Amino acid sequence: MLLLALDTATPAVTVALHDGTDVVASSGQVDARRHGELLLPAVDRVLAAAGTGLDAVTGIVVGVGPGPYTGLRVGLMTADTFGMALGVPVHGVCTLDGLAFAADLDGPFVVATDARRKEVYWARYADSRTRLTDPAVDRPADIAEQVAGVPAVGAGALLYPDAFPDVHGPEHVSAAALASLAAERLARGEDLAAPRPLYLRRPDAQVPKNYKVVTPR
Amino acid sequence: MADLRDEPLVLGIETSCDETGVGVVRGTTLLADAVASSVDEHARFGGVVPEVASRAHLEAMVPTIQRALKEAGVSAKDLDGVAVTAGPGLAGALLVGVSAAKAFAYALGKPLYGVNHLASHICVDQLEHGPLPEPTMALLVSGGHSSLLLSSDITSDVRPMGATIDDAAGEAFDKIARVLNLGFPGGPVIDRYAKEGDPTAISFPRGLTGPRDPAYDFSFSGLKTAVARWIEAKRAAGEEVPVRDVAASFQEAVVDVLTRKAVRACKDEGVDHLMIGGGVAANSRLRALAQERCEAAGIRLRVPRPKLCTDNGAMVAALGAEMVARGRAASAWDLSADSSLPVTEPHVPAPEGAAAHGHGHTHAHSHDHVHELSKENLYS
Ligand SMILES: [Zn+2]
Repeated sequence: MLLLALDTATPAVTVALHDGTDVVASSGQVDARRHGELLLPAVDRVLAAAGTGLDAVTGIVVGVGPGPYTGLRVGLMTADTFGMALGVPVHGVCTLDGLAFAADLDGPFVVATDARRKEVYWARYADSRTRLTDPAVDRPADIAEQVAGVPAVGAGALLYPDAFPDVHGPEHVSAAALASLAAERLARGEDLAAPRPLYLRRPDAQVPKNYKVVTPR
Repeated sequence: MADLRDEPLVLGIETSCDETGVGVVRGTTLLADAVASSVDEHARFGGVVPEVASRAHLEAMVPTIQRALKEAGVSAKDLDGVAVTAGPGLAGALLVGVSAAKAFAYALGKPLYGVNHLASHICVDQLEHGPLPEPTMALLVSGGHSSLLLSSDITSDVRPMGATIDDAAGEAFDKIARVLNLGFPGGPVIDRYAKEGDPTAISFPRGLTGPRDPAYDFSFSGLKTAVARWIEAKRAAGEEVPVRDVAASFQEAVVDVLTRKAVRACKDEGVDHLMIGGGVAANSRLRALAQERCEAAGIRLRVPRPKLCTDNGAMVAALGAEMVARGRAASAWDLSADSSLPVTEPHVPAPEGAAAHGHGHTHAHSHDHVHELSKENLYS
């Protein structure tokens, strides 16, 4: 088994290669504006570091969010296309689950990432492998009661200390954690989710003015 | 090697607006043109909603690539390259196509060519009428662009002669259709009503046609307002709006200016070929009047069939094939989606870096032209 994992649902652009037992190579960069530019070179670097090529990969693992849409789609589109071109399965994993897995906590906790617009994407966990709630998007103040008294993980928690006073690492998701979680679930014979984006919000249905006037004057 | 360069097999991906297009060409021969459109999802908003378009591109991409390959009857591993619209267009929408093209090219071990959407609109005519004459004058008119371009080599030299200073021609069609309650998109329906109307019934203004106005630039904003006011005045007076005459007179004002300026540019530059592309090139009156005026001026008119005029993947593949045939440099794996890629850059080659390659290509092109989405944060 050789899994290529990638996630672009948050400011982190992260790629990892997992052989079913261990993470073989990985890359993580944090840049909220350059997902499209950073992802493919990162894939290339990770494969080179492992001394292998894309054709050796037997499955793709991709973070399905929730996350701001434009960045999120870069990872999903890349994963889908790799899957088609290589003829290998593409497995979706909730990005929040990757953070939870990496947090390595035994008791209950909450994961929160930045949803912008003064909101967080979040979910509650019983432990690092068990999510209790569907991912949601809310204002921190509106969920303060539901997340009170448990540690919080992720960059979304760091942003809102009033709602999340007890923050644990990691701040950003890693494809290494995503791949390890996926490898564990696959080894147990579990089916992973389809690679469908978790947008959680409807599109802003606004037609921009002069929407494609692009030629020089 | 020479054979390969003569007739390169290229797959092209286009996602600059609301069409997910994937085409396959061999040299100047069209093998497949698969399109999935999200236009129905936008209709109730009266225009293209960028986020709706981007979501649809993600859903449609893989099936559309598969359909195109099947239609072409070729295997992905036989491709000589993968081309993609790098810009201009809607930033988020472009990024979906660029991501797919990169992943596809990388997985196949093929070169990637990020190409210009406008140059692709011109190059598509090779699939219809054979190699482009050099130079070629091109009039590109759609909901997103209205430009007059002169190209002596579609892979390296595209010179802007003129462009709209406000609205694109297609936008004016959409707006007037909306005012007349005819729905979206406006082009086809206005064309239909205009056929039964009198183009001389109402004298609408011809923008930028005064003696001191720029010879090749267009303006449709004033026309749009004049038509809307005329309709509103009729309604305010309790009179019935003569929809067919309004459609015909409005359409005549648009195509009169477009063809007049295009023919003049050909004459001034001594160019004896005019190609017309973009969605508005499907307009029957534009085709007829252009034909008439070109014939009178001794200019040969080339207009591809309507399906190749609207946004599609075949046009991107056509330009990609030309890039391969002429030995142009491929793009780098960190190719950006550039919502305001200047028309003067037919493709986006990898930065020279270590390679010895003459003048330095920098990415510091001016972004002084209008694009409401050029400030769009790629993370939102
Ligand atoms: Zn176009």
